[in-house]
Amino acid sequence: MKENEKYSQLKNIVAAYLPEDIKVDSITENSDFTGELNINSANLVDIVLDLEDAFDIRLENEDMDRMKTVGDALRIINAKLVE
Amino acid sequence: MTRVVITGLGVCSPNGTNLESFEQALISGTSGIRFQPQLRKLKFSCQIAGNPHIENINLNTYFTKVQQRGLNSSGLVYGMIAGQDAWRHAGMLPASAEKPDWDSGVVFGTGILGVDKFREAIHRIDEGETRRLGSSSVIQTMASGISAYLGGTLGLGNQVTTNSSACTTGTESLIMGFERIRSGRAKRMLVGSCSDSGPYVWGGFDAMRILPSTYNERPTEASRPMSASAAGFVPGSGAGALVLESLESALERGAPIYGEVKGGAINSGGQRGDGSMTAPNSEAVQHCIRMALKDAGVSGTELDAINGHLTATTKDSLEVLNWTKALGIAGSDFPLINSFKGHVGHCLAAAGSIECVATVMQLYRQMVFGNVNCGDIHPEILSLIDAECIPTKSRETPLQTIAKASFGFGDVNACVIFSQYIA
Repeated sequence: MKENEKYSQLKNIVAAYLPEDIKVDSITENSDFTGELNINSANLVDIVLDLEDAFDIRLENEDMDRMKTVGDALRIINAKLVE
Repeated sequence: MTRVVITGLGVCSPNGTNLESFEQALISGTSGIRFQPQLRKLKFSCQIAGNPHIENINLNTYFTKVQQRGLNSSGLVYGMIAGQDAWRHAGMLPASAEKPDWDSGVVFGTGILGVDKFREAIHRIDEGETRRLGSSSVIQTMASGISAYLGGTLGLGNQVTTNSSACTTGTESLIMGFERIRSGRAKRMLVGSCSDSGPYVWGGFDAMRILPSTYNERPTEASRPMSASAAGFVPGSGAGALVLESLESALERGAPIYGEVKGGAINSGGQRGDGSMTAPNSEAVQHCIRMALKDAGVSGTELDAINGHLTATTKDSLEVLNWTKALGIAGSDFPLINSFKGHVGHCLAAAGSIECVATVMQLYRQMVFGNVNCGDIHPEILSLIDAECIPTKSRETPLQTIAKASFGFGDVNACVIFSQYIA
């Protein structure tokens, strides 16, 4: 899978959990999930499950703890795909 | 004492998923009870039920898109529809994004919430996949999920809670909200209740053999309150909601006023005497009705109508007997009496609130809604009160005061007295 495909898939997954008043355009690699995108911290669990399904990987609690920004998620996915 | 009025109504019922369609269905005597193929497949004795048809409702009006992901809790959906509709009906808006509305709260009851969601979770857990439950498992299955969803959507900053007292739940929630406003602890309370649809809620009642099994081909005739041929209650689901408000606050806002809550009472028979887990203690029922009248400052002879619990079981005659004893009136002096369970079945935890909404509609429209399926009134009932007291067609009639009661498993009772609002 190409890097930009991966990113757009990730972005689509994240977009589903944005509060009504946050636009999809505001998602960048540097966006902090809870701080900037204002995603409910409980929904991070759902994002992790969606990522597991989309990329056929398994994310552990430590992975979730390190996943502060969209870029963090992309790096963790890439590392898992290499494994 | 603070007067408490009703300024908003909302409903999601088997025979109408908004106020207008619900009212039309009650006026015309339209049933919401249907054959349920799923229950036949699962070999239920009773294969009919009343459940709201919400397929054409745009859930975006009631839920955010995040909330709709993995949404699988029918009672929560019905409650959110009825609750938010009632709030809008009262001319209220959700609180601003920054600050809750400290003066408004919610008491929204349920028997059990999100059974389908819970079933999903049970399967995942049993397969060793607990980590894949997602975040919505808890919030859609906790009993207080419904009050939490409504409180969050509307930004309510007063008491936000869920009560549960079986089939008394809806009427109890109204009395709880009423008491909170009357005691000055809130200006406005959204009250109501909801009940899930489906085999996992209704199955236990089918197993107790208290549901009709001979009407599967004639679903709309199955629920027969006060009838000699009553064969058991038809299970139902849905939600009802009312906005209660101090008269002062309602007048200040220029809010519409649909009626007044004059008083109410809640009690239990303690499962003593003829009371048990599943049968009411008659003395407690009569005591509850009398306490409600006393609380309202109304005498039994002042009642123009009664909306009973009247589930279409063999206990209907006993209920009517209890009303005649509690009020001290019988024969042709008895008030008009009806049950809406003939139209919608017994919506369990949602029954009280759906029926309270309909009762207030009767007051506001000055119209009594006719009973259905009781062309053959039970002889025991006819030995207590005149047939004229049991209207079989809806008609306009002056209604100043109506009593509404609900009784539930656990030998629990609630009775509320509504009046037309007079300044």
